[in-house]
Amino acid sequence: MEPIKTIKSTCVPLPAENVDTDQIIPARFLKATTREGFGDNLFRDWRYSNNGDPVPGFVLNQPGVKGSILIAGKNFGCGSSREHAAWALYDHGFKVVVSSFFADIFSNNALNNGLLAVQLPEEYIQRLFIALDQNPSLEATVDLPTQQFSMEGIEEPASFEINKHKKSCLLQGFDDIDYLLSHKEQIKSYEATRTTV
Amino acid sequence: MTGKTLFDKVWDQHVVSEITDGPSVLYIDRHFIHEVTSPQAFDGLRNRGIGVFRPKQTIATADHNVPTIDQHLPIRDKLSRFQVQKLTENCQEFGVELYGLGHKYQGIVHVIGPELGITQPGMTIVCGDSHTSTHGAFGAVAFGIGTSEVEQVLATQCVLQRKPKKMKIEVNGQLGRGVLSKDIILYIASKISTSGATGHFIEYTGTTIKELSMEARMTICNMSIEMGARGGMIAPDNATFEYLKGRQFAPQGEDWHLAKQSWEQLYSDENAEFDVVHKFEAEDIAPMITYGTNPGMGMKINGTVPESSENIKALAYMGLTAGQQLLGKEVNHVFIGSCTNSRIEDLRLVASLVKGRQKAPNVQAMVIPGSKQVEKQARLEGLDKILEEAGFQLRQPGCSACLGMNDDKVPSGEYCVSTSNRNYEGRQGPGARTILASPLTAAATAITGRITDVREII
Ligand code: SF4
Repeated sequence: MEPIKTIKSTCVPLPAENVDTDQIIPARFLKATTREGFGDNLFRDWRYSNNGDPVPGFVLNQPGVKGSILIAGKNFGCGSSREHAAWALYDHGFKVVVSSFFADIFSNNALNNGLLAVQLPEEYIQRLFIALDQNPSLEATVDLPTQQFSMEGIEEPASFEINKHKKSCLLQGFDDIDYLLSHKEQIKSYEATRTTV
Repeated sequence: MTGKTLFDKVWDQHVVSEITDGPSVLYIDRHFIHEVTSPQAFDGLRNRGIGVFRPKQTIATADHNVPTIDQHLPIRDKLSRFQVQKLTENCQEFGVELYGLGHKYQGIVHVIGPELGITQPGMTIVCGDSHTSTHGAFGAVAFGIGTSEVEQVLATQCVLQRKPKKMKIEVNGQLGRGVLSKDIILYIASKISTSGATGHFIEYTGTTIKELSMEARMTICNMSIEMGARGGMIAPDNATFEYLKGRQFAPQGEDWHLAKQSWEQLYSDENAEFDVVHKFEAEDIAPMITYGTNPGMGMKINGTVPESSENIKALAYMGLTAGQQLLGKEVNHVFIGSCTNSRIEDLRLVASLVKGRQKAPNVQAMVIPGSKQVEKQARLEGLDKILEEAGFQLRQPGCSACLGMNDDKVPSGEYCVSTSNRNYEGRQGPGARTILASPLTAAATAITGRITDVREII
């Protein structure tokens, strides 16, 4: 996993609420056995019509809207546990997803793949949507060490929470499996204390 | 001193170590895997040059992607075939038991675990699938994980998890005629919304819940995730022990008595504290259906679609308008199956309703048993004949139209009354319009060809 520190980019606004993982990557695209290539089908059924033409109104098809920061409505990533949703966002080029509320499994999956899930207050996000609506080329900065989010045209930055362990993993590009593997002996002694299983 | 909840008791017993301000290293007793969310995890092990740490604690099956007819033939879809084959190869290489296509134990992962007695009270159980919460019906801490976490479990038999908050949902009283546990959970979801339990682990309790069969309890716990919860559980009791006794992988003989003794300690102490408590009355619950595009958008079957700014997009997708009644609406597809409602009890209920009746000509009615064993039992009891005579198709086990990864898709724009758990846009195929309901409501709808209040025909 690549270490993350500061991400500066233009933003893609997606004000829809309750964006579920079936929308992020529909089930029929889950037949792959590798992690790559899911980005092409990100938001497939919102992005393309049934005959494969781009839907002009959808944000990813709008000229002039691009960037590696996705700003979404509340309860992002609910539904299925498919990690493919995080892979699809990352593969498409997103490094950060901002929402006022994330589904639990999704935020674990995102962080496990170096995709930063940044939770900000609902009211602040509404201001971001309004600002981006007027000027889609505004840049935002997400600074992991100081846990701060800021955007051009919005005066005060917002801070976000992230647990210490995850933060240090992301800063070092270290993953949870490395961490768990270093606990093997402890896991074995735990097993020895248990009678059943 | 405050007491411990059921959840605390099970969780705390499985903590190997804790990280300050971070997650716990949580030991996992049982790990289920399937073809869709495991291949990248096995690749991860290969890249690290390590094996599966405790292969006997992982059980594999093929369910998400498999056809529901002609399972003895090679899978026609190339990508599906390859994915299922990959699972077989991975299980062989890493020494994991596989109940693949054709195996007498094959089926939907959340159906086979309980029916084989692999799922037991007090265990921690995970699977790369959000409906792992189903196993909580036995008093297990069971939750869905992502593929990176599947790799964690394969590599170390542990996951890193933060302890969630605790929620109690109490349902008391007597259920009305024609009201099933599916209606209870759709009702609760409609009250607390699709994100109402995010960050929490639910314990379901109350007199209504205690009266339910194990199958019905599984339906409730199954849909915990539809309210955003990490999982949901029910304290084990005699119904649980009766269900498990004698099953293939349940403890036998002296071990059974010892296990039962420890399972009997699994309940929330009188003075245990929950972060959130919800209470509902069974008499307020009627047969339920959904009108929107998330499982929280549900209403009583004879209700009218509510007016709300949050519905606009959903109603446009569903081709419905606020203020409209769904009762009497023509429907062309009925799907009875999925890890929510595909157990033998569900099939018996459906058969008892359709016996001697005929499905409406405008409806295609599919019944997908949850497992090989359910299928076998259904045939043994003659349910296959009853269903077929009524014009229902009894197929072979798998997830099927629940997520439409195989050929069982609902055509764009058409309505399907479905006993599954999700009605998201495109869930049953691009453009498909899903209406979630209980097996009785689904069966009644298949008979009349219109959305039907089952209470009117029983
Ligand atoms: S039946 Fe549906 S919800 Fe259940 S495991 Fe299969 S795809 Fe998931």
